[in-house]
Amino acid sequence: MRERLGQRPFELVAIAVAATIAAHLEHLPPWLWIAAAVAIAARVWARRRDALPVAAWIRFPAAGLLLFAVIAQYGTVFGREPGSVLGCGLLALKVLETERPRDARVAIGFAGFVLMSALLFVQALWFTLAVSTVLVLLLAALVSLQPAPAHTEHPLRHELQLGAILLACGLPLAAAGFILIPRLGSPLWGAPGKDTQARTGLSERMEPGALTDLLIDDSPAFRVRFDRAPPLPPQRYFRAIVLWDFDGTSWTRDQRKGFLRAEAAQDNGARIDYTITLEPTDRRWLPALDLPLVAPEGARLGGDRVLIADEVVSQPREYRTRSTTRYTLSPVLTMQERARALALPPGFDPRTHALAEGWRADGSDDATIVRNALDLFHRSFTYTLSPPLLGRNSADDFLFSTRRGFCEHYASAFVVLMRAAGIPARVVTGYQGGWWNQSGNYLLVRNADAHAWAEVWMPERGWMRVDPTAAVSPARIELGAAAANDSAAWSQSAWLRSLRNRFDVVNGLWTRTIIRFDALRQKGLLTSFGVTDPNQGDLLLAFSAVLGTILLLATVWALRDVAKPHADALDQAWAQLGRRLARAGVARRANEGPLDLLARARSALPAVAGSLTELVQNYVALRYGAVEPAPERVRSFTRTVRNFRAPRRVSEPPVPDLQR
Amino acid sequence: MAATIADLRARTLAYAERRLPALTRLRKAEPLPIRLDRRRIYVLPTGFGVSFALLLFVMLLGALNYGNNPALLLTCLFGAAGGASLFGGFRAMNGLSLTQLNAGECHAGAPLTLRLRFAPTARTRPSLRLRRDDAETAFVLPAGVESDVALTIATTHRGWLRPGRLRVSTDYPLGLFRIWSWLNPDTDFLVYPAIESPAPALPGGQGRENELARAGAGEEHAGLRDYRATDPPRLIAWKASARHDTLLVHDAEHRSDDALVLDYSALTGFEHEARIRRLTAWVLAADAAQRSYLLHIPGAIIGPGVGTAQRHACLRALALLPHAHA
Repeated sequence: MRERLGQRPFELVAIAVAATIAAHLEHLPPWLWIAAAVAIAARVWARRRDALPVAAWIRFPAAGLLLFAVIAQYGTVFGREPGSVLGCGLLALKVLETERPRDARVAIGFAGFVLMSALLFVQALWFTLAVSTVLVLLLAALVSLQPAPAHTEHPLRHELQLGAILLACGLPLAAAGFILIPRLGSPLWGAPGKDTQARTGLSERMEPGALTDLLIDDSPAFRVRFDRAPPLPPQRYFRAIVLWDFDGTSWTRDQRKGFLRAEAAQDNGARIDYTITLEPTDRRWLPALDLPLVAPEGARLGGDRVLIADEVVSQPREYRTRSTTRYTLSPVLTMQERARALALPPGFDPRTHALAEGWRADGSDDATIVRNALDLFHRSFTYTLSPPLLGRNSADDFLFSTRRGFCEHYASAFVVLMRAAGIPARVVTGYQGGWWNQSGNYLLVRNADAHAWAEVWMPERGWMRVDPTAAVSPARIELGAAAANDSAAWSQSAWLRSLRNRFDVVNGLWTRTIIRFDALRQKGLLTSFGVTDPNQGDLLLAFSAVLGTILLLATVWALRDVAKPHADALDQAWAQLGRRLARAGVARRANEGPLDLLARARSALPAVAGSLTELVQNYVALRYGAVEPAPERVRSFTRTVRNFRAPRRVSEPPVPDLQR
Repeated sequence: MAATIADLRARTLAYAERRLPALTRLRKAEPLPIRLDRRRIYVLPTGFGVSFALLLFVMLLGALNYGNNPALLLTCLFGAAGGASLFGGFRAMNGLSLTQLNAGECHAGAPLTLRLRFAPTARTRPSLRLRRDDAETAFVLPAGVESDVALTIATTHRGWLRPGRLRVSTDYPLGLFRIWSWLNPDTDFLVYPAIESPAPALPGGQGRENELARAGAGEEHAGLRDYRATDPPRLIAWKASARHDTLLVHDAEHRSDDALVLDYSALTGFEHEARIRRLTAWVLAADAAQRSYLLHIPGAIIGPGVGTAQRHACLRALALLPHAHA
């Protein structure tokens, strides 16, 4: 324990720690990971040149500086993000002061903790696998601290191999722990999800152009399983948020105004039952296929027919609901609703107002005006994900000069146009499209499928969906976002996309079986083994039983080769012959060699004297004639012994008196 | 402070082992071979192992608190790999068999190198440690061959030395568990007395010169006899043998008249151990000069003689002389 840590183990520890910090890279501030990388690399380099240990007057101020920097950036050291940043920094500092195997072990143990905390940010399958690989590295680093390695030629390979083997051997135990460790009903401290920074996702505020980040994000947003056939692609509108209020630049949903009543929805058939598994959004909205009819457990149906969860979705969430694609929504509008659906900020977009008022002055009815607007888009607009920036009068700029944009631009401009013409209208954001996974039998909707469209209210017919994007780029609606987004990045190539989509079956399985494995499923699992109404005690009991069984099996394995010594085949055969002879009354004495035994046996058992002589002479030749008897001859001898039958004798002949 | 604690700990342990042999697993010395099996292999977590368990508990709480299943899975994997390492370590010890224990020649005060021979094992056993008091060595036993392990221990007194309990231990592969067992072979080693240094010249230094002078005077065959199979090669008189076409050796018996007498009682004015140290130094000096000598100590006369056997006989007798106060 007192010895200095060798260079090779030190470097392995440094690599393992660096990999651990790299697992946090996504949310680390650049100053930290650059400082950590420089510090570790510099220490490895200095140690190669036999530098002295890093002095305390460097280490302690560095730790203080780290603490100060974290507090300066986050205001606290508690919580998921500042905590992990602090952890990564301390880990790098620990590598600096690692001089002895003891230090290295502490560093690796702490690295395990920091590694685990990386999973609090990303739970995807690929990331978990990557983190497990780093775990193998950590175990290998621990193995490298052993004093006398078994293999000196390829030590690293051996250590990695051993780390992987240990991990593999631990799998049954880990699985038992994972399945049976009781989950907490409520968190012990903090409220998970509260301290997180927003993920990319739909927000309750929409500015034309703001969705760009989301539209190039290929990560899954949610997966939908339909009880029966899925709706056709043009009907796959998943509404999430309804935006009413426009301030000239952005659309919002002002909570203060509230909704005076739940909009009455008349369901015209075509009901669809389905289950959605939503990836965490850290927000409260739940997407639902156009017009949800009932609210799932833990959520309520908003006045404008959106689903709002009681808690923010910080963990993957699964919910089941029913929707319809043919409906009449709110055939009568109240005065407040009407006012709100027509409100436009004064002093913005004069040309748009002029255009709409011109249409109205022509005497067109509402339906014609809608058609006019869609015609306008269809004639001279282009769908693109990289549109020019818009100025103060965003609708004017878009309609009369740039004419290039994507769903947000169209939805926003369209609603402004409708309101200017006196038609109640609102913006709806959500998702449209998705990729039907044939093998998994589910619809995969990615963040890139985020969409914005409009709803206009017509007397008698209520709120009707109008998607101006469809007028510009029908492919976006028919074929999905991937077909419409023509940016030819490498990741957009068709086969890669198809591969990714297929692979999503595994991701979906991961989300459903591992990430979503909660207390409820745990109970369900135990119930299927016949335990009625299992509680946490039962789970612990089951865990103890499985743990005991696994330990027992492992013990049997560890003792295995001692219980059964690997004996020489020739010796075994000879011992068998001895037993046969003993049963026949000629037991070998301790002072007797094979030939002495033969002489005695021949006289005692004359019936088998011939075969016995041959056998014993054979044995003598094999045992004493060669250093290593030929295996086939040993086998043949074994066979002969097995076939040898000694006649049964009743009594042992009198032992000759040696004294005489 | 640390020394006091260590001393206290050693004394407590010694007391505990005296009074509670069953609990402290104090084993009587036993004959070789000693084979380690599950009945005598002990396992406890190391300090790192205990902190590892605490760490796992904290990780578990964190994962459960955030309801994060992948983190929980990782925690379980980490813990399970640690648990699995216990069995790997046990297998490194289980079935280990000590077959021989040797030591070289050693004088009191000099380090004694014990050589432990282990029987061939079916699998490689890495990272074992052997420890006696403060002496520790790490070794690996490759599969399928007999291996020798050297452990150097300090000696202080002449006479019989019993190495006593040797601890074989390992914390292979992750350092989480210490797996250990005791080897207590009933083997004693003789530690020869310390050598006085610097030692004065041999007494009666002129004896050798007389002999040489006589040999030079023409008695060519004086002190030579025919070679016998048991004669050590260094006694062979090569020049004379070449002249006579037969192997001739220096005849120690013949020279016994001129043998050097190393007499304990002649060394007056010294205390007991100092006399022994000086005699030891002289025995070695006489042996190095290939002179015949006779050792006269209380109760025994050894020799006269020359060669390894004589040297060992003398050193042994000196080593086993009763101690002064005894």
